Amino acid sequence: MSEHYPALLVILPLLASFFISAAGWLRPVYCFPLAVAALGSSLLVSLGVLGDVISGGPVSYWMGGWPPPWGIYYRVDYLNALVLAVVSAVGFVNLIAARPSVEKDFPEKAGPFYTLYVLFVTGLLGMVATGDAFNLYVLLEIAAITGYALIALGKGRAALSSLHYVFLGTIGACFYLLGVGYLYIITGSLNMEDIARLLPPLYDSKVVTVAFAILMVGVWLKMGFFPLHAWLPNAYTYAPSPVSSLVAPLMTKVMVYVMIRMVLTVFTVDFAFLVLRLNEVVVWLAVIAIVMGSLLALAEKDVKRMLTFIVVAEVGYMVGGFWLGNQAGFTGAVLHILNDALMTLCLFLAVGNIVHVKGDSRWESLPGLFRTMPWTMGALVVGALSIIGVPPTCGFFSKWYLLLGAIQGGHYGFLLALLFSSLVSVVLFFRIFEIGFFEPFGASHGSAHGEGGPAIQEAPLGMLVPLWMTALGLILVGLYTGEIVGRVIRHAVPGMML
Amino acid sequence: MEEFLSLIIEKYNYWIYITLMMIGLYAMIAKNNLVKKIVGMNIFQTAVILFYVSTGVKKGATIPIIEHGHDVAHQAVRAADYINPLPHVLMLTAIVVSVATLGVALAIAIKVYHRYLSLEEDEILEQIRGL
Repeated sequence: MSEHYPALLVILPLLASFFISAAGWLRPVYCFPLAVAALGSSLLVSLGVLGDVISGGPVSYWMGGWPPPWGIYYRVDYLNALVLAVVSAVGFVNLIAARPSVEKDFPEKAGPFYTLYVLFVTGLLGMVATGDAFNLYVLLEIAAITGYALIALGKGRAALSSLHYVFLGTIGACFYLLGVGYLYIITGSLNMEDIARLLPPLYDSKVVTVAFAILMVGVWLKMGFFPLHAWLPNAYTYAPSPVSSLVAPLMTKVMVYVMIRMVLTVFTVDFAFLVLRLNEVVVWLAVIAIVMGSLLALAEKDVKRMLTFIVVAEVGYMVGGFWLGNQAGFTGAVLHILNDALMTLCLFLAVGNIVHVKGDSRWESLPGLFRTMPWTMGALVVGALSIIGVPPTCGFFSKWYLLLGAIQGGHYGFLLALLFSSLVSVVLFFRIFEIGFFEPFGASHGSAHGEGGPAIQEAPLGMLVPLWMTALGLILVGLYTGEIVGRVIRHAVPGMML
Repeated sequence: MEEFLSLIIEKYNYWIYITLMMIGLYAMIAKNNLVKKIVGMNIFQTAVILFYVSTGVKKGATIPIIEHGHDVAHQAVRAADYINPLPHVLMLTAIVVSVATLGVALAIAIKVYHRYLSLEEDEILEQIRGL
């Protein structure tokens, strides 16, 4: 059983999505339990794989028993075992939290929603597990197409934003495909490890350089790396809240993983860092991404929209940390994939609760929220502290590694950008706390500071429990950072960076 | 000049795919109508498909079907006699993907139309600003 884990990870939710779709037509009440069963089992399987990898090293799987260069090959090593666990955990927790708002906002579309949701997570899990460059493209498109449809479920400008995302997402995916095509022309292989084996004598070839350039632009477009981020804020803002809290934490992080996988396994570190010498340029691009993401976030007057720009800045953290090219930077980048997925989930879930109760998340609906929604705002504070980087939360540790990497690499621009972005985050979140805590209600609540005050008006328990699980997760991951780095991430660091 | 011309003629498949791709990109950027943008997106995807298919071609080769004659079956297959079927097979998947993307894009365009009663982007943006 356990040797089939890498395949089950993708096949279980894929098959379940057909049944959920059928249940949507026949018995809509079964959609949610089926989705929970599907994602719950893939969470268990991914934790099983992680356990296997920690105890026995990387796991390989030949689809249909075909040996690697010909068949589709799944490979789970220290790097993607961790990302798999994060993706399935975030997908599962958010699914539980999604139910109340699905029932409130679009109950008639529950069947399609859960089908698309499970398919989206399937696509992401497949992208992370696969060791085949073309297979990755197909799964990328599965995740992307379901993502477009999920975002278009929202109200107002959601459809238009989703359409813009379709255009840019398609360009990104086509660039990725084109890059893989060039690699196929020159090597004749689609298996990542096989390509890496065939490439070294061809490093001088222009085709390989072109393949690398096109592929990176495609992946950066998909992750919303700063100059290519234009689709991201609108798509994530206007999406329904259970969708934003699914897509925002996962899509960008998984694309960062794809970038790391492509550079590490396919092109190899030697090519990217020694032959092309791109590291300096990309780290500066990341600096611009961090600074601009933070500045643009300052201009927003809507919590959800502000968070989308924080996502843009955080993408800069991970890309920059990886391209620093030293052990601390790499550890920070990989740890930040894990931490940022959890932090973004926590914040978007909290905003989802506010939207669920108040109707929107603009500044005007914030006053007095600490009194009416204490649990939601409490979790928001934990998430915010983690984004800022306050010690017991996990955000501090990944930022620490990134700072260490910047100092070791002598890249002070990146160091300053990280500190600047942390300071801006302080301003961003304390502004929210100030409005939520100190600003009085409107005229109707003139005596709010008197006895009793306004009644508590919290989100349903089904949304609060996942939110607090995530918030506690932030602290737990922070406390166990040493374990995670020592047992998993340390083994993923490529030899050259040691 | 002659070198340049021979560069174009020898690798004409790449030039065609680049041209098609740029037409698609241009339509996506410059056209005002959302359906025209979607058509541009589809041209863009088709250009990549054309690129892949053209890479499978070999001069003087035939379709990759091995005859099941009594005398042919046990002879070694010479790869140079057959075009490479793998890019074609990959593109079957890519065609499915592009059809799905087109379908989703058109469905979303219908949703946009229902909301703004227009598919012209400048009119839609005007409505958004007016709101």
